[in-house]
Amino acid sequence: MSEQLLYRRRVSTWWWTRKRTYFVFVMRELSSIFIAWFVVFLLRLLSAVGDSRSAYDHFLDWASSPLVVALNVLTLVFITLHAVTWFSLTPQAMAVQVRGRAVPGSVIIAAQYVGLAIVSAFIFWLVTR
Amino acid sequence: MGDSISLRVTRYRPDKDREPASQEYDVPLRKELTVLDALNYVKNEVDTTLTFRWSCRMGICGSCGMNVNGEPRLTCATFLSDYAPGPVRVEPLANFPIVRDLVVDISDFLAKLPRMKPWIIRDDDAVLVGEGDGEYLQTPEELEAYQQFSMCINCMLCYAACPVYGLDPDFVGPAAIALAERYDLDSRDHGARERLDVLIEREGVWGCTFVGECTRVCPKHVDPAGAIQRYKLKAATESVKAFLLPRGAR
Repeated sequence: MSEQLLYRRRVSTWWWTRKRTYFVFVMRELSSIFIAWFVVFLLRLLSAVGDSRSAYDHFLDWASSPLVVALNVLTLVFITLHAVTWFSLTPQAMAVQVRGRAVPGSVIIAAQYVGLAIVSAFIFWLVTR
Repeated sequence: MGDSISLRVTRYRPDKDREPASQEYDVPLRKELTVLDALNYVKNEVDTTLTFRWSCRMGICGSCGMNVNGEPRLTCATFLSDYAPGPVRVEPLANFPIVRDLVVDISDFLAKLPRMKPWIIRDDDAVLVGEGDGEYLQTPEELEAYQQFSMCINCMLCYAACPVYGLDPDFVGPAAIALAERYDLDSRDHGARERLDVLIEREGVWGCTFVGECTRVCPKHVDPAGAIQRYKLKAATESVKAFLLPRGAR
């Protein structure tokens, strides 16, 4: 059998639209762009706070413009998708053992949500106190 | 349930065709018939030129993997009635070059597999128990540690499901890495270091972006995606150790 006779198929650019699981995966990868955006947003907030009262007011005006609010809502959606999908994948990546026994995946997932809740509560307390 | 169902089968005859095309066959539809049975019906009763691989018909040999309605499946374990009223698309496994009709060329995988050193490596003079060549003893717990990964039948469904392998054929791929993990987790083996050297290359575990589809399609519940992520964790831990600890303590 000669090598040239093999037929090599090309992967379509749109392979990720053909299956729900592929689509969710690509959306999870895409979420990194929105996370990068939110890092920039937070850095701008920090710089405005450190700068002056007027710079902070200026930042608030900019942050409440419809475009930035819409972008941040979209960012929240993508970050939620990222967090939920990553939490559900963690048991596969980490085989946790306690006293020689494997910890069930559901416990690992639940522990992450508990962690998220604790951190969120702390930040909420920090911001509103 | 109707009396028959239509199969849309990919045909590619390298001596005649420039590219694959699909051909339709009507096959009897009965509750207990699998897609493989339907292909054998076509081969025996309708068109003897149809070419496909199969052997055991019971999900052991891993020969009859094909894409059924776009999903990588063992055709001997895929029932026609689940696709009624049809038609059922039967294509060669995705991501592999087609040799003829439904037969794909897996020589790429066969070349990658030995690089994983999927055999027991010892770095000491083994103490063997028993008669003749003797044997290594193992507790049930030690067996359980790797048993899941030893169930792989090299059916290649995970490669067909992996978009990373489709886009970058240099990627070592799910089954090969899961087999490396199978030997790493074996209490008799001391080859983890040697395997890690191969796997931490760019085309090793880091090629994987954790799509997770390999695990979903695996007919033996091996979880190659899990094996790869655990390797990443191991590789990262090794790097941190190499950076922080003095040579003797690593």
